[in-house]
Amino acid sequence: MSHQETDISRRQFLGQAAAAGLMIAPGVMLYKVAQARAPEMPASSSQRWGMLIDTSKCATGCNDCVTACQKENGWGGDNSNEIHSRPDQKAQWIRKVKLTDKQTGHVQSLPLMCQHCETPPCVDVCPTGASMKRADGIVLVDKHICIGCRYCMMACPYKARSFVHEELTGQKDNAPRGKGTVESCTMCVDRVDADGTPACVEACNSEGHKAMYFGDLNDPASEISKRLKDYGASEIRADLELNTGVRYQGI
Amino acid sequence: MACSQRLSRKAIAWLIGAVLVLPLTASAEVPAPVIPKAKGEKCVEPTDVMRHKHMKFLLHHREETVRDGIRTKKFSLKECIACHNAPDKNGEVARIDTPEHFCSTCHMYAAVKIDCFECHADKPANTTYRHSLVEGSSPHHAGMKSEDKVLSSKTLEILTAKGDKE
Repeated sequence: MSHQETDISRRQFLGQAAAAGLMIAPGVMLYKVAQARAPEMPASSSQRWGMLIDTSKCATGCNDCVTACQKENGWGGDNSNEIHSRPDQKAQWIRKVKLTDKQTGHVQSLPLMCQHCETPPCVDVCPTGASMKRADGIVLVDKHICIGCRYCMMACPYKARSFVHEELTGQKDNAPRGKGTVESCTMCVDRVDADGTPACVEACNSEGHKAMYFGDLNDPASEISKRLKDYGASEIRADLELNTGVRYQGI
Repeated sequence: MACSQRLSRKAIAWLIGAVLVLPLTASAEVPAPVIPKAKGEKCVEPTDVMRHKHMKFLLHHREETVRDGIRTKKFSLKECIACHNAPDKNGEVARIDTPEHFCSTCHMYAAVKIDCFECHADKPANTTYRHSLVEGSSPHHAGMKSEDKVLSSKTLEILTAKGDKE
């Protein structure tokens, strides 16, 4: 065998190895679990994006997920254009909620945002079709056709949606938002489409709290699915049978 | 009787004259939109196609993106802005409420109000705004350095054409 031939076969071997997965040791292969969706491919119902929140790790007073969401999507904070709105009228995509057991005095803290229901009441009541659920389970407002009637805000059992009362300037290019439309957590849909993680989950993990997990609920190999299978988790207002995409452990 | 006839004839002649002259003076006073140069070499479609159909392309793309999560770069508003309203040497970009902005230069001229930028960013990410220094001297195109104030026949044809050429 000539030297050149050896080189070619080596290249072919590496090419095949790269296509199948990464060989980390003889006989041990590391496969890429999830493949990023191509930009021209629509969101598919083969996936269902969800979140898992471990309330035992969510510290009272910690606001990292909320500030990360504000920074990512450009709502709230000191630079908000909402100067005339009352605090309860201002945008609130994600909020920290404190639960106190009156009997025992046990205090729990958790982030509450759009629960990305499988059967979302906000979509049921929307008169224009602006309130919608994507094929992969992310519930969104199509602000192009939202007329600002706020029926969805009344229908949502989680108080997850807000209405923009004032003219805004300096919006983020990844999160268009404006006066007269309803908005809520988008699960950072642009990041998810680019094979990323929502800003809140990323912040929670980078700060070392590790209270939030994001992943595909339809993929049994994903970390979120494994955790849900092994430890279980509850839905908030499970009695409404909305099959939420956001689940909570420890409540 | 003869006097009033002469008067009305005079008035008619004056009116005809006014009707003939007015549009000429008006067109001479309105400066042609100056279209800022884009960053890229070539647009995603030929210029005349984009001028006629950009709204249709954007409408179609927004449906696909918001509702289906299709995020191709062609006809993406973000990409239009990134190329057509790219920052200058000092890192500054034009605002939508000034005629220097790629979109408003024609939309102000044609008096067609767009609401895209009530929600969408009118500049690429991580750039600063440029404020127009000369404002209020003209209802539109204030402070615009217009060298060629007359529309070319081709531009006029495109701007005034009715309907789409399929």
